[in-house]
Amino acid sequence: MTTLEIKQAVKRYPNGALAVKGVDVTVEEGELVVFVGPSGCGKSTLLRMVAGLESVTEGEIVLDGRLVNEVEPANRNIAMVFQNYALYPHMTVYRNLAYGLKNRGTPKAEIDAKVREAAKLLQIGDFLERKPSQLSGGQRQRVAMGRAIVRDPAIFLFDEPLSNLDAKLRNQMRLEIKRLQRRLGTAAIYVTHDQVEAMTLADRIVVLNNGEIEQIGAPAEVYGAPASTFVASFIGAPPMNLLEAQTGDGAIVIGETRIAAPVHANGPITLGIRPERAHLANGSGGADGPPMQVDTVEELGAVRLIHGSVGGQHFTANQSADEPIPGDQVRLRLLPDDLHLFDHGTGRRL
Amino acid sequence: MSQDQIAVTGKPAVPVARPASATGAGFGAFVRRHQIVEHIVLLFGVLLMMGPIAVAFTTSTHDPVTIHSEGMQLGFGDNFLPTYEAVIFEQTGFTKQVTGWGMSLNSLILGLGFAIGKIIVSMLAAYAIVYFRFPLGTLCFWVIFSTLLLPLEVRILPSYEVVQGLGLLNSYTGLILPLIASATGTFFFRQFFKSVPNELLEAARIDGAGPFRFFWDILVPLSRTMIAAIFIIMFVVGWNQYLWPILMTTDESFYTVVRGIRQILQVWIGADIPDYNEALGLAIIAMIPPVLIVIIFQRMFIKGLVESEK
Repeated sequence: MTTLEIKQAVKRYPNGALAVKGVDVTVEEGELVVFVGPSGCGKSTLLRMVAGLESVTEGEIVLDGRLVNEVEPANRNIAMVFQNYALYPHMTVYRNLAYGLKNRGTPKAEIDAKVREAAKLLQIGDFLERKPSQLSGGQRQRVAMGRAIVRDPAIFLFDEPLSNLDAKLRNQMRLEIKRLQRRLGTAAIYVTHDQVEAMTLADRIVVLNNGEIEQIGAPAEVYGAPASTFVASFIGAPPMNLLEAQTGDGAIVIGETRIAAPVHANGPITLGIRPERAHLANGSGGADGPPMQVDTVEELGAVRLIHGSVGGQHFTANQSADEPIPGDQVRLRLLPDDLHLFDHGTGRRL
Repeated sequence: MSQDQIAVTGKPAVPVARPASATGAGFGAFVRRHQIVEHIVLLFGVLLMMGPIAVAFTTSTHDPVTIHSEGMQLGFGDNFLPTYEAVIFEQTGFTKQVTGWGMSLNSLILGLGFAIGKIIVSMLAAYAIVYFRFPLGTLCFWVIFSTLLLPLEVRILPSYEVVQGLGLLNSYTGLILPLIASATGTFFFRQFFKSVPNELLEAARIDGAGPFRFFWDILVPLSRTMIAAIFIIMFVVGWNQYLWPILMTTDESFYTVVRGIRQILQVWIGADIPDYNEALGLAIIAMIPPVLIVIIFQRMFIKGLVESEK
């Protein structure tokens, strides 16, 4: 069953600026959808439109089969977790969790049961009588999630909830959010600018750029077959190498090297190659790819990043740490399946 | 007064915060020497501020003849009880309608009415300005703000006219109501509300809190320390009002302590010596409530600052 449908949503600000330019997204029951994109791409605006914190200029937001464009946030059956948690600083954790239920007129006994259940689930039972200022960042994060859980919403909305935490805690909480969401079986939208978070959390990723959707798909799809050069360079770290190249006669020409083209193309294209799929061949054994000029080597422990240039354009390749460090000049070995071809003008996948 | 109090009692917190043990004896000695200098400066300040009050107090325990002939007294006299009994309980004034106690009550009503009224009105005004979009909202704020350029003394005649026209002369309402609009308070609360993270409003909206609930459940508790600070300032201002009550009330039963001090020095028969001791005594009494208010609310004020809630 579909939990949320966003149909042709447009957000135009009074000054005429278009933040969201006609976007279609659906979220199925129990699904975790991640909106990812650079800052200013409209992902937070779109989330806030679903929450009811921003008005919808055009289009429809349908939640559980009900058009909610004009419905107040409190009556939308959503729950939101904010980046800075937005806990009420003067209230105890207990009252923070209970406040929304109290405003709905829920009976005291029921509030108490729900708060304690959520507290148990999030392991914050010992802090119920503390104020947010007495909690650590991770604990505050849990309280913010607790406040969302007690509402028992149709959908959770997460607005960059981990960006205020340090790296280690972020990884831990990321896993916890995913587990929690699975366990509750509630649909969720998660907004982030961090592509690692997007890849690890999402059932489906929505890549946004400039108020438009670049691609929607499962993490593996978005990674394996990026729909545009934007997605290719945004998803994956280090990003996909993009080389300007010529095509013709079923071959791709980079500098003086010709390699077989996996799809038919004619004229200038952009060639994308993931760093980990660019195999280095020391010497010339079996390598028919273009030569690479090496200038910097970065050791990351398990792998090594080789920075240099191919045909005068910047290029990065991954190498396992077991392999020998290459000399100044290496040849690349490229497999046809690892080549991504994009239209030179539009940047769309060919 | 309030600022001096804060400066004096706020200071001892500084040495405690220093990591005195961290860097050996040399630094410790340096800190100690600095503390001595600091304390000398502070003690000098205390002497400067408290000296005149102490002298006023000791002088008030003498009889008027001694004060008249010998001037201010540094030692205690034997007239303490009679003086203060007279100041507090004796009917004074031309019509003998009011006692020191009654005047203190009037001042208290004025001070509290002033402070509470101003806080309520300026909080509501700031709430409207910061959280609601309405036509000319910003203009409204600047109009309110520009009234700071028109102190009470400048607009006292039109103000009198209005109060008189409303038939509010000689009433507590007339004393308090026309003055409870406060540009200063509105400005302070506006700045504070603007510093409250917007997400708090959004979280409250999602939690189903309407405009009234948000104000009462979230903003008012968050403003505790601001309210305390403005209460201190406004209470003292109200308590010390002189010109305004003189114009608005003619009935002696509305006399405030500040007016009473002057009243005592008024001599009806030329040869009488004014009751200097009673005037000084009343001045001392007049000082107690503002000082108490400052001390009580200062604790809350500093506690609020130390707790540092985001």
